[in-house]
Amino acid sequence: MSTCLVVDDSRVIRKVARRILEDLGFEVAEAADGVEAMAWCSAVMPDVILLDWQMPTMDGMEFLLKLRAEPHGHTPKVVFCSAETDLDRIREALDAGADEYIMKPFDGGIVAGKLDYLGLAA
Amino acid sequence: MTTPADRAFIAEFCLERVGLRLDPDKAYLIESRLAPVARREGFATSEAFLGALRESLDERMGWALAEAMVLPETEFFHDREVFEHLVEEVLPELAAARAGAPVRIWSAACGAGQEVYSLAMALLDAPAPVGPVEIYASDLSERCLEKAQAGLYSQFEVQRGLPARKLVRHFEKDGESFALSPRVRQMVRWRRVNLMDDLARFGQFDLILCRSLISQLAPGAQTQVMGRLSEVLAPGGRLVLGLKDRPAVGIAPVITSLGLYELSAAA
Repeated sequence: MSTCLVVDDSRVIRKVARRILEDLGFEVAEAADGVEAMAWCSAVMPDVILLDWQMPTMDGMEFLLKLRAEPHGHTPKVVFCSAETDLDRIREALDAGADEYIMKPFDGGIVAGKLDYLGLAA
Repeated sequence: MTTPADRAFIAEFCLERVGLRLDPDKAYLIESRLAPVARREGFATSEAFLGALRESLDERMGWALAEAMVLPETEFFHDREVFEHLVEEVLPELAAARAGAPVRIWSAACGAGQEVYSLAMALLDAPAPVGPVEIYASDLSERCLEKAQAGLYSQFEVQRGLPARKLVRHFEKDGESFALSPRVRQMVRWRRVNLMDDLARFGQFDLILCRSLISQLAPGAQTQVMGRLSEVLAPGGRLVLGLKDRPAVGIAPVITSLGLYELSAAA
């Protein structure tokens, strides 16, 4: 079973994402910010990370740059999942090492499509 | 609420007009597609719209009804591997055979444009240029064609099958929507076409895509449309059908798993 780490400071978003991902057959872990997410990744690197941008303590971009600099930090696919819809900002996320980008709000079809595009089956 | 008689009328009407197979028992499906048409046509209820149509058999109202019952393709790069194969294998082969003349491509039931624009974007992003192409797209629905030509999609629509890299490369933000770049839009020429009609006036095509329509048609109409398409498929050309479509006589599989067909040797 593939694992997905959902990183978002909103408990509601984490809950929605968890339900979608579990329906797709993923094992799901949650983190409320970049610091928590780094701790998860240091313990067990997930197969994919669904990553919010705006978060307290350590935001998504800072987390992504730090993750990619880690040993094995290129292993997980990272899907940014943010309310940011400006194309320059999306480009910035992709250039920083995100593999895909989801604009909130999202649904199961969008998440499934993005993960399928990345070749991630649960 | 429509009655069984209303739905039987709609099913028969759409079968006659465009060969569409509609199950009159699927009340929700029919009513959910009918209600917006009735509103657009200025009627308070679906029943009032149907009553007026039955009485007048008004041409424009009739087309509005038939168009609304067809379910268009709404996803970019649907069955992604089909596009990869077309750009990497099929189109270079067709271009070589055309020896410098443009390869003529036709998206025959283009819906709101996602299929034909996916192919256009794939061509622009191809590692090696495929060569000159002429891309045509058609649909039965005037509304779909208007939307396709505008190239304007909602946030929800651009997240259906479209990789983020292609979004930032080929789209611009337009208010809350996303507008396809003129470079991509200008690659496509548009026509309104009923595939049940004689298509010979459009000339011959090297590649025809018809991936979302056939399975929605009645068996007789499926045969008729595939026959029409095969008449305008150039020798050596390729026809791309939906993965669930079964080809008619005269069409032979090339790669079934990609919906790729050619004219039979005997055709």
